[in-house]
Amino acid sequence: MSVEPPTAEALVAPELPHLADPRTAAAVELVWREAHLLDRKQYHAWDRLWAPDGRYVIPIDPETEDFESTLNMVYDDDRMRRMRIERLTSGHSISVAAAARTVRTLSRFVVQHHDDATLTLSSAQVLVGHRREQTFVLGADVTHRVRLDGPEPLIQEKVIRLVNSEDAVNASGFLL
Amino acid sequence: MTASTEPAPAGSPSGPDIATLVQEDRVDISLYTDPELFELEMDRIFNRTWVWVAHESEIPNAGDFRTSMVGRQPVIVTRDRRGGINVLLNRCRHRGASLCEAPRGNANGFTCPYHAWSYALDGKLRGIPYPDGYEDVLEKKDFPLHRLKVDSYAGMIFASFNPDVEPLADFLGPARHWMDLFMKQGAGFPVKVQGEHKFRFNGNWKIQLENTTDGYHFPIVHRSWMSSVDSETAEMLSFMTDEKAVTHSLGNGHSVMVMVPEHVDLDEDDGTEQLQGRFGHIVEELSRDYEPAQVRRIVRSMHGAGFNLNLFPNVAMSMAFFRVLRPLSATETEIRHMALGLDGGPEIVNRERLRIHEHFQGPFGFGSPDDSEAWDRVQRGAAAGPGVPIMVNRGLSREQDDSKGRVAHATDETGMREAYAMWKAMMTDVR
Repeated sequence: MSVEPPTAEALVAPELPHLADPRTAAAVELVWREAHLLDRKQYHAWDRLWAPDGRYVIPIDPETEDFESTLNMVYDDDRMRRMRIERLTSGHSISVAAAARTVRTLSRFVVQHHDDATLTLSSAQVLVGHRREQTFVLGADVTHRVRLDGPEPLIQEKVIRLVNSEDAVNASGFLL
Repeated sequence: MTASTEPAPAGSPSGPDIATLVQEDRVDISLYTDPELFELEMDRIFNRTWVWVAHESEIPNAGDFRTSMVGRQPVIVTRDRRGGINVLLNRCRHRGASLCEAPRGNANGFTCPYHAWSYALDGKLRGIPYPDGYEDVLEKKDFPLHRLKVDSYAGMIFASFNPDVEPLADFLGPARHWMDLFMKQGAGFPVKVQGEHKFRFNGNWKIQLENTTDGYHFPIVHRSWMSSVDSETAEMLSFMTDEKAVTHSLGNGHSVMVMVPEHVDLDEDDGTEQLQGRFGHIVEELSRDYEPAQVRRIVRSMHGAGFNLNLFPNVAMSMAFFRVLRPLSATETEIRHMALGLDGGPEIVNRERLRIHEHFQGPFGFGSPDDSEAWDRVQRGAAAGPGVPIMVNRGLSREQDDSKGRVAHATDETGMREAYAMWKAMMTDVR
């Protein structure tokens, strides 16, 4: 099924804040801080970036917004995300012990929506990983919904749409 | 295109040579590493026997299709206008372009992107553009897509390149009983595919084939998953010292490993089993629309059947999912884990089954990555000590005959011995 690409006007509506806007800058800073923590596998610190009732999703279907009714690679509420962190930090997983070293960049930021409490930011992520003599690349469109109404910005929702989500995605011991 | 029955080319392992590679309690490491053996496997196993290609729920309506593989050969599985199932080589009869690159969909037929030769859902060649150049050269009836032999059981569709292959019912044999038991997890609804995870690992396909009935690895490799689930689920899968947890060999390379004996036949319920507390909200919602007995039946089936059924050579029916393996080379394999649900069943149940699947399976699941790491390590280790065999001898001394084959504990390697006996028979042309 083909979908018309959004127009440039739709992507950057004039009323949405620019990157230099303090709200946008705070969200971008959060996204970059998150990338830094994930590359360093500091998962407990990563958990503190999340707002209560956060949702962390890596869907398979590139179009769906109905994550609840479709099979995903990750579909975490707070409880599941914390169990995931426990698994990644417990020392009991052989794939985590052998996880790739990763370096990721997020850029191409576009503000998609904002209101008094939240700002939704899309970006492109390019992750380069290396494990056992093999270097690989994972590309993804990422969307963060960031809460801005507290003392510090927090992630309300993160959706990672891998460019190869419907093809083979190899098992990994790290997080996107 | 039928399977070759020519003798192996010079320099390839011959029948007698291959026979020495598989013994009752061990197999030669070359079964994981030798590209020549891999080529022979494609010819003598995947091009000759029944290979699983799809589940009927994936193509319920006329025009539905999905693409699949038989060994290394791409096929299209279609439902034609008369309701028949066709398995067609995904290759135009003109100059060989693939006809369909979509994983699934609905179509009236398939048109080659190169010169627009068009084919019906049953493979008949319907149209050739500018046909004047083919006058007295080609009759359309002589150029249909190549059709494989096809049959299904319990909704599982199998195809074969071999026109003389034994009937599917004979090939499956006693495994059919377990396929019927497996489908009881629908709890009165047909079972349907809800989606799939796909990943590759750097290892031979038989490493994965072995794993489906390898109960021995479960609490070791999956320790981090076991510690993340509720105590009732962990208890349910604590079969290491359960004497009722057994593996049966079923002939023709098939085997079944029972992990949850009380869930082998989900129609049987003595009423003593407590429904898992984690499903309390589902019981509450279902109770508005269903009788208590039906609610209990559905919830007892939430984790699927209490066993893994391994069907040689490429599919397993494992508790609540299908595992499909696709050999890519001697040292690379693609795996699909297909989540199952209840066709027309309660949405809350199908969603919960998706969440259970995501918890263990897939590239970010709590189970699959650890399996994948173990298999990678087997392949890496296989580079060392070419004369040192792989041992599949666990439980040999306690294995017993039953009415249909051999039976031993679920942690024993009975299923692997069955698979390798079939491998040996097919590779040495005994079958």
